[in-house]
Amino acid sequence: MKTRSFMTSMRDFLRALWAIVWKDLSAEWRSRELFTAMLVFSLLVIVIFNFALELDVRARSAVTSGVLWVTFAFAGTLGLNRSMATEKDRGCLDGLLLAPVDRSAIYFGKAIANLVFMFVVEAVVLPVYSVLYNTNLFKPGLILVIFLGSVGYVAVGTLLSTMAVHSRTRDILLPILLFPLAIPVLIAAVKASSGFLAGLEIAEVMTWLNLLIVYDLIFMAIAFMFFDFVVEE
Amino acid sequence: MESKPRFLSVLDSITGILFVIATYMVFFYAPVEAVMGKVQKVFYFHVAAAWVGMLGFMVAAIVGGIYLFKNDRKWDIVGLAAVEISLVFFFIAIVAGSIWARPIWNTWWTWDPRLTTASIVELIYAAYLMLRQGIEDPDRRARFGAVYALLGFLSVPMTFISIRLLRTIHPTVVGGGDPGAEGSFSMTTPMKQTFFFSLFTFSVLFADLLWHRVRMGKLAAKIEHLRLRAL
Amino acid sequence: MITVNKLVKRFGPKMVLRGLDFQVEAGEFVALLGPNGAGKTTFLRILASLSRPLMGDVQIAGYWLPSQAAAVRRRIGVVSHLPLLYGDLTAEENLRFFGRMYAVPDLHTRVLEVLDLVGLSSRRRDLVRTFSRGMQQRLAIGRAVLHDPEVMLFDEPHTGLDQDACEMLDTVLQQVAARGRTVVMTSHDLARTADLASRFDVLSRGKIVDSVQRADIDTNQILKFYSDAVKMKEVV
Repeated sequence: MKTRSFMTSMRDFLRALWAIVWKDLSAEWRSRELFTAMLVFSLLVIVIFNFALELDVRARSAVTSGVLWVTFAFAGTLGLNRSMATEKDRGCLDGLLLAPVDRSAIYFGKAIANLVFMFVVEAVVLPVYSVLYNTNLFKPGLILVIFLGSVGYVAVGTLLSTMAVHSRTRDILLPILLFPLAIPVLIAAVKASSGFLAGLEIAEVMTWLNLLIVYDLIFMAIAFMFFDFVVEE
Repeated sequence: MESKPRFLSVLDSITGILFVIATYMVFFYAPVEAVMGKVQKVFYFHVAAAWVGMLGFMVAAIVGGIYLFKNDRKWDIVGLAAVEISLVFFFIAIVAGSIWARPIWNTWWTWDPRLTTASIVELIYAAYLMLRQGIEDPDRRARFGAVYALLGFLSVPMTFISIRLLRTIHPTVVGGGDPGAEGSFSMTTPMKQTFFFSLFTFSVLFADLLWHRVRMGKLAAKIEHLRLRAL
Repeated sequence: MITVNKLVKRFGPKMVLRGLDFQVEAGEFVALLGPNGAGKTTFLRILASLSRPLMGDVQIAGYWLPSQAAAVRRRIGVVSHLPLLYGDLTAEENLRFFGRMYAVPDLHTRVLEVLDLVGLSSRRRDLVRTFSRGMQQRLAIGRAVLHDPEVMLFDEPHTGLDQDACEMLDTVLQQVAARGRTVVMTSHDLARTADLASRFDVLSRGKIVDSVQRADIDTNQILKFYSDAVKMKEVV
């Protein structure tokens, strides 16, 4: 009986992982359905906030990070849901499960693809917001926070979307499952974003960055451990 | 049909008696607190309910872990029962907290860390139940429930810490279960005794309700089994 | 090649497989027949390592499920009645993706080979979304043979295909089987499988109730064999 060496398995794992990421991005690039939906939704949310909060210039700077993160959170759930739904509805998830590769490759592949979707949306939302509200959002600290926050959000979201997709009420269920668990990310991300936008030094924002990093590490580990239980029949 | 086990009936009676004693202690034995007056007595039930609610979450998480490991459906029944009961207990705790808050700070709600975390936990319970409701296959339902219970339980410490850090600019919440520096008080001995007794009573109440609910769950599973046999 | 002992599977309280035994030698083409709800799809999913039994052993190509699942997966090719393909990718891209998942060597050459085998070379740059169901099934078979598996599992592959598509499918199936592979195919359609299979097993109420070699039975007797087998179990 042939046994595969560790290096071969590792290579297979990474190859499968990137194959999944590439597949998701290519398929999305063809149809652009998901991306368009996420983007239009985000812009709508920003516009609605404009009317709902009736912000004058001063008040606006206080709520900018809040508005941004609410937008990202909701657009994120759209992406997470659709990503898993396409797999399940055409039975493609079975196709992935049939492959002789560790299940976590599916988790990381999907998570990375979801993360890329979120980044792309965020990359469009930031300049649009900057222009609409005449504020400069391109501070490097902010980019870092958006990165860390998205990673944590997607780590948990990918796992939960794998569960939610089996439910009849999948679209409304994912936010319900995700938001209570993502509160630490949202709080830390909003506070850190505000800090950077207000021009604070890194040292002052450090607590929140630490919280984000800790959350990301812990929940990536937990999510990937539980993924096996959730993805198999 | 199994009849109610004798020990459960005994436990029911014990719970009832304990509750009567606890109520007596709260209203007559514990002294009326100097600053807050009679409304402070809500504290005994408020904290007890919250503590037991949290215990229930821990039970659900542990039992979920066991289920994932052993795949025996009875653990899933216990997990569901624990979440349902904790949902109610937490709700009682939150409402009792509101009743306490109103005369003291003239508000029904404070966004302090403990209360906020409690509401988030309540939402996690609700999400758990909604997740289960949407899944048809019973094995999958049990597995997903277990994973979410564990995930939820593990997220609570971080949630609490992050809210706590957020609110450090407001009056801090200090231990002992009092929700505000202005509302703090130290406990005299009879108060301590009442407090621990109500805690004990609520724990016994939880165990009693859990047992009943698990029995109900098992009977429901049996009915389902018989029904599918007959098809 | 395939050995199954006392397989038990339950969905909630409902028993679907009740101590099923099954044995297939290398190179056999077994048609697994049975009425709806007999458990054919469930059984095939367990063989495909997509589902776990409550009790019982499964051994495929010398490896046990579920402990050596990865080794088994490398040696089986599965075609279900859903195509398991990505509509927004081209035929070629679909095969390349699965080729990477299975670590298929010389991928580019292999993909072209397989497309040729299933008669889809001319459509290789077209999106699978634009394919007819018959074409999708053929591509699905292509996906299943890509990594040259020893064992092939087909779950009602003719579902939803018209006569022409069925015939094309059969040609491909014959070519696939001719390579000496072991095949298990579930089916409703007796007439169709009669020409392909070397052995017929009947699954009824969670167990294999009868089995007969192609050599020992006449084509027009198959229908009688099948209904007898199913009825017998029901009387019991």
